Amino acid sequence: MKKSALVSIALVALAAWVGYTYGTRSGSHAPPTAAGSTTDTLASAKHTAGSAAALLKPGVSTGQVIVVKPGESIQDAVRKAQPGDTVQVMPGNYSETVYIDKDNIALVGVIHGGDWPTLDGQGKRNDAVLYSGNGIRVENLKITNYKGNAIMGQAGNNFVVRHNWIVNSGVYGIFPEFAQNGLIEYNTLTGIEDAAIYVGMSDNIHVAHNEVHGNVAGIESENSRHVIIEHNLAYDNAGGILTFITPGLPIKTAFDVIIRNNFVVANNHKNFGAPGSIVSGVPSGTGIIVMAADDVIIENNVIRDNKNAGIIVADHKSFANITPDPESDPSPDRVQVLPNLFADNGYEPIKDIQALMLAGLTRQGPDLVAVGSGSGSCVTNRDAIKWLGVSTWTACQRTSTSDVVTYLLDQPAPPRVLSAQDRGKLVYSSVCAGCHAYNVRMIGPPTQILQAMYAGNPQGIADYIAKPVRKREDFPPMPSQAHLSPDLRLAVAQYMLTVK
Amino acid sequence: MRSVSGPLCLFAYTLLACAPVQASAWRLSEQCPASFDKRDSRCWLRSTYQQYGSLTGAGVGGLKTGLPPFRDGFTPQQIDLGRYLFFDPVMSANGKLACASCHVPGKGFTDHRVHSIGMGGHEVRRNAPSLWNVGFLKRFFWDGRAHSLEEQVQGPLYNATEMGNRPESLVKTLNGLPAYLTLFAQAFPPTGNAIGGDIAAAQVYTALAAFESSLISLNSRYDFYAQGVADALTPHELEGMNVFRSFVARCAECHTPPLFTNQQIAVIGMPEPAGMPFDAGAGAATDAPMLRGGFKIPSLRNAALTAPYGHSGQFGTLRETVAFYTGGRGHAVPKGENLHLHWHIWEPKLSGVELDRLVDFIGALTDESFLPAIPASLPSGLPPPIESTLGERS
Repeated sequence: MKKSALVSIALVALAAWVGYTYGTRSGSHAPPTAAGSTTDTLASAKHTAGSAAALLKPGVSTGQVIVVKPGESIQDAVRKAQPGDTVQVMPGNYSETVYIDKDNIALVGVIHGGDWPTLDGQGKRNDAVLYSGNGIRVENLKITNYKGNAIMGQAGNNFVVRHNWIVNSGVYGIFPEFAQNGLIEYNTLTGIEDAAIYVGMSDNIHVAHNEVHGNVAGIESENSRHVIIEHNLAYDNAGGILTFITPGLPIKTAFDVIIRNNFVVANNHKNFGAPGSIVSGVPSGTGIIVMAADDVIIENNVIRDNKNAGIIVADHKSFANITPDPESDPSPDRVQVLPNLFADNGYEPIKDIQALMLAGLTRQGPDLVAVGSGSGSCVTNRDAIKWLGVSTWTACQRTSTSDVVTYLLDQPAPPRVLSAQDRGKLVYSSVCAGCHAYNVRMIGPPTQILQAMYAGNPQGIADYIAKPVRKREDFPPMPSQAHLSPDLRLAVAQYMLTVK
Repeated sequence: MRSVSGPLCLFAYTLLACAPVQASAWRLSEQCPASFDKRDSRCWLRSTYQQYGSLTGAGVGGLKTGLPPFRDGFTPQQIDLGRYLFFDPVMSANGKLACASCHVPGKGFTDHRVHSIGMGGHEVRRNAPSLWNVGFLKRFFWDGRAHSLEEQVQGPLYNATEMGNRPESLVKTLNGLPAYLTLFAQAFPPTGNAIGGDIAAAQVYTALAAFESSLISLNSRYDFYAQGVADALTPHELEGMNVFRSFVARCAECHTPPLFTNQQIAVIGMPEPAGMPFDAGAGAATDAPMLRGGFKIPSLRNAALTAPYGHSGQFGTLRETVAFYTGGRGHAVPKGENLHLHWHIWEPKLSGVELDRLVDFIGALTDESFLPAIPASLPSGLPPPIESTLGERS
């Protein structure tokens, strides 16, 4: 594993192209237990993205390993797991929706002798894995026949989704949303009716070494910032790699997206997107689309045999199915197309592009076409390629993106940690104060009276609120606050005694 | 010791309501309402969600996600004055309708009618929206046409078919009421050398905005679950939550935690009640033809309390409402309307059981623990439009 990053990545991609499977790859190593795969990841991460190591470190090997065998429930194991624990799923079939609403849980499959742990939605379950915790890791699972997503995250930061095999499983394959700092690598996905890998409204995401084919869209980064999409193989999708600002979403911008070193080849699949979906407007045969996103850099990709166009750069108006949003800038600005390998693109362009060709007096379909508004964009060595609509683009000053190894954070996005004292204050004000005003009778006795009763005895309050007993006929009984931890109950009580 | 009841008996139904109240006896609360801390004489929101961040500060995400920007920093007196104004029918042209007539605290700050009844028994066009958590919103009205609470309150106050008032007469009425002169002076103390002046319309709007932004509901059983209490939800509610956030139902894509709205306008093709004309919604309000039939996505907090549902009040129950989304894309769009339906409106083919579970989950968002006190008597001397619950909070 000492070769340069670029060479090793190219080998992986080529290997995938000739039908090399991850099953045999795993079989050639020791069984990929959680600890074993971590070692591998750290090694490759050092070559490719220094900060991936920081992302992968916490939450692994710090706790118990809970083993799940066929016939058992993965969710039961997740329920038992504490932050830091690993849920290890043995080979075999499972059919359930696994949801993880706590932090730092690793859900890791064991692949043995080519047998995978398989989550099968049987065409009736919605999602295979849903998580909202931070520091979630999902690895070594085969996921098939779900209706919604294979793996969906909502606001889970510092996630790792790697080495999963996803087949015919719903609308999105891997879909982190509202996330900061996450790594999606070494997954293979096919048969997804929207984007196989969809980074939605997120920041600091790294998408690398994935194989996506036979989907409507291969990889999409939407309303996200600081995203690198590199060393992926996207072929036989309707659209290969997309980066969009989609209007009407609550987070309005997309910028600083690097698309580099990918193979974007023969994305000529029929578009089977659901009617009305945004991707159903993606013309089949398109390698890369930049819609309204800013500061996108496209470099060193092999963009070949995409029948409509190699790269389309478009504003909102030029795209089907887009409802304008006054809060979203509709124009793609400062797009930089650095050197890429273009070949055989644009041999069967859609009517809109044919019209541009007619206007441009060319019969050659484009490697690169820009339509609609936008400013500040550039292209390197325009003369080498077939282009339309970029006559006003300048020559790029930048020669490479090698200065940006990754947009992942050096340290995990920190959870906001409040002191016990501050948490006590927050709970008093946001919960207790609903019934206890300072010197006025509300639902419960005034805080002033309670201060006199419990002077110097915060533990008395902390114990009482865990198991309240009715003390006064003239007040309703108090609901138990036992769900608050003992520390927090004490902090609340201490604060309550100081309220003025 | 002049009675403040004089001019008000014109409006009042009963002599009892004209009972004299001494103007000088009226005092506004110096305490901030629940969920607010007092600092520098002003009230600042406190919620357990303030422990968490959110991406780009937008206040949308998953379980442990911070809140969107919100309105706070009003004084306790301004909030309390807003409370009196909110419940006082003196705000309407005929002295019969208060804000609280259609936004009833015990009914999730709605009125449980398909369409609210305004001046002269006139039925307004849209369903009364809840006011819980409006301090977090950035657009108001179903069509999103107002951009602040102060702008919003002027809508129903001055709409001829709602409260029917005019700014001049509202201000004139209030200035004729010694109790309100006393209270406004407490909420808006004269600054510098200025001596207490007349009540200004802007002060009315500020006070109403202050009160409305104090209506916080963030302590439901869902919130306990979201913040780490694993058994706060029942198995049915948990199942419902997973349907809710799945990408089949896609509810959470627009009704996004923690407020259960992402505050966008969406065209989803909900029907009007029989006989009602098509409502162009934001398409008419914003001059954006592609938003024709678009409405602001409502928060689902306390939704179990606010039937009927939809901008038109078309759906009597939550069950009917969630079933709309599985009826097929555009199934209720009138013939001849070519709407640009939102991409998340599709055919999720949810089962009846899944719809039941969704209703269960939405029920877990109920939290009325910070209901404000309904005044037992009003500064105008008029009878409150709804019965007091807790009695006076001084």
